[in-house]
Amino acid sequence: MAKVLMKGNEAIGAAAIEAGCKYFFGYPITPQSELPEYMARELPKIGGVFLQAESEIAAINMVYGAAGAGVRVMTSSSSPGISLKQEGITYIAGAELPCVIVNIMRGGPGLGSIQPSQTDYFQATRGGGNGDYRLVVLAPANVQELVDLIIEGFDIADQYRNPVMILGDGMIGQMMEPVEFKKPKQRELPKKDWATTGTKGERKPNIINSLYLAAEELEQHNIKLQAKYKEIRENEVKVESYNIEDADVVIAAYGTTSRIARTAISQLEKEGYKVGLIRPITLWPYPYDEFDKINENCKGILTVEMNTGQMIDDVKIAVKGKYPVYFHGRTGGMVPTPGEIVEKVKAIYGGEI
Amino acid sequence: MAKVKGKVTFQEDICKGCGLCVSVCPTKIIFLNKDKINAKGYHPATVVEMDKCIGCANCATMCPDVVITVERERN
Amino acid sequence: MTIVFEKTRGLTDVETHYCPGCTHGIIHRLVAEVLEELGVLDNAIGVAPVGCSVLAYKYFNCDMHEAAHGRAPAVATGIKRVRPENFVFTYQGDGDLASIGTAEIVHAAHRGEKISTIFVNNAIYGMTGGQMAPTTLIGQKATTAPYGRSEEHSGKPIKIAEMLATIDGAKFVERVTVTTPAHVRRAKKAIKECFQLQLDGKGFGIVEVLSTCPTNWGLTPEEALRWLEDNMIPYYPLGNFRKPEEVE
Repeated sequence: MAKVLMKGNEAIGAAAIEAGCKYFFGYPITPQSELPEYMARELPKIGGVFLQAESEIAAINMVYGAAGAGVRVMTSSSSPGISLKQEGITYIAGAELPCVIVNIMRGGPGLGSIQPSQTDYFQATRGGGNGDYRLVVLAPANVQELVDLIIEGFDIADQYRNPVMILGDGMIGQMMEPVEFKKPKQRELPKKDWATTGTKGERKPNIINSLYLAAEELEQHNIKLQAKYKEIRENEVKVESYNIEDADVVIAAYGTTSRIARTAISQLEKEGYKVGLIRPITLWPYPYDEFDKINENCKGILTVEMNTGQMIDDVKIAVKGKYPVYFHGRTGGMVPTPGEIVEKVKAIYGGEI
Repeated sequence: MAKVKGKVTFQEDICKGCGLCVSVCPTKIIFLNKDKINAKGYHPATVVEMDKCIGCANCATMCPDVVITVERERN
Repeated sequence: MTIVFEKTRGLTDVETHYCPGCTHGIIHRLVAEVLEELGVLDNAIGVAPVGCSVLAYKYFNCDMHEAAHGRAPAVATGIKRVRPENFVFTYQGDGDLASIGTAEIVHAAHRGEKISTIFVNNAIYGMTGGQMAPTTLIGQKATTAPYGRSEEHSGKPIKIAEMLATIDGAKFVERVTVTTPAHVRRAKKAIKECFQLQLDGKGFGIVEVLSTCPTNWGLTPEEALRWLEDNMIPYYPLGNFRKPEEVE
């Protein structure tokens, strides 16, 4: 199949359609509006439904309804809009419904800026909404990976009956790269016999619900959710590493930031430094075990993020105090440069920080 | 004019003793049985003078708990 | 003797948690009867609100979704847009629909979503213990309006039926009550017309049902019916505000 040049936001739409998703409920917000616009053009052509909701809150609730009715469905937004969706997301997680939610992150907090950032890592991986739930959080670093993760994301959502979040930054949404649409690895997907399709007089009513007024029942429900999350942790971690068995400094970065880190690493290698990279692709479940592969003599881990330090917490958990953990970040929509990263690595080498 | 004969059956255990049926019965034959307390702790509605029931179903129409079944025949 | 009234198949056997004399029970029964009579019970998907009727998903004998507070019309939109052949309805109270959910109901009506909404207006927040609702009357006391609702502080109560009737997509808008057997029968007729509208694919329909809350009004069930007639009907007039013949 030939590769096609696509803008990230539009590639998301094309990938969703490729995965059999025909329903999209969304709302305009920069920098992801090209996605609802793409869906508005393309879904009617395939007998699907695009609806611009009155708000991000309404959109996530439409997703909740559609997902409960048994179909593949998606919504997208950017940071402040994802904040609005938190109520709907926790309901979806509590009711164990599958769906894909795309966050094209912009500067924050509050209204923030429209430039790219990675400021919603905490929101995505530490809840965001109320209660003990987890989202499977996927972080692509290029448009091809974005497409692959969207397609696989629908399968993951259906397999575990859980919402899946694609965490992109504004750059991924806007950049154009060649993509091809590949089938993901085959999964055994359960039947959606829990969905509301009308009883047809043939079965008891199906109820989509996250309310359990009896504490004992709610505890049991939470235990069930935790068992599911344990299974996801054991089976769905995705990570890519480079040279961590040998490196003196290991950089931890995800998304487009990891590409900037790669450029910095090339530059450093030319100057004789040994630098590795751990690039988490699933931010939840986080690839903690990958950090066990780092060589004993590593001088330190440099976390690079487009925020003021969020993934760094998971890096500290991962290294279990074995190595010092450093941070370099730019925020507000500013993007770290390879030069800044090079300087930071050199400073770690030199023991200056 | 033919006389309408009615019969009402109360599922006493689900009655909440709200009294709405009492208030709308045109022949005033429904009352809350103060001598009885059902499983919920209420005085259930009941009828003794069934021969006066005209099967109008006003009681069942007003009952929020679907306690009452109404039958009717013409003489 | 023939049975002229018995329990509809549209209600489950679960005993409701509603207070004695609460008109939710009557309204649930009417909705269930209409679903059965129109032959759509086995095809229906309902959306329950947050409020006293949060557990409505246990009482209606069809597929149900529990929605977040106020969001039922959006949830129903999601269901109906992906399953247009199913009958989709929401059942909401005055906090759910007229407070937090005003955007969702207005836009479902505005888009002409082919769903049907039952709006239970009892001028108070029942489930949470009697706080003021947007529909609480001037002078009426509530736990968050202990001196009585004041127009200066909180504005006048909101008239949902009148407001939605100004929206083109709202093809059926009627306000009814259930304080007498005659009113109950009229209410059922309105619900049936509203639901038929969805079956005819004509657009959004809503029936606002003036209802009692004996517990939080501090009245007996029968006194509550009379209070409603004396106080709520003058402010919230009964009647049809919009129906298809006028619209065409």
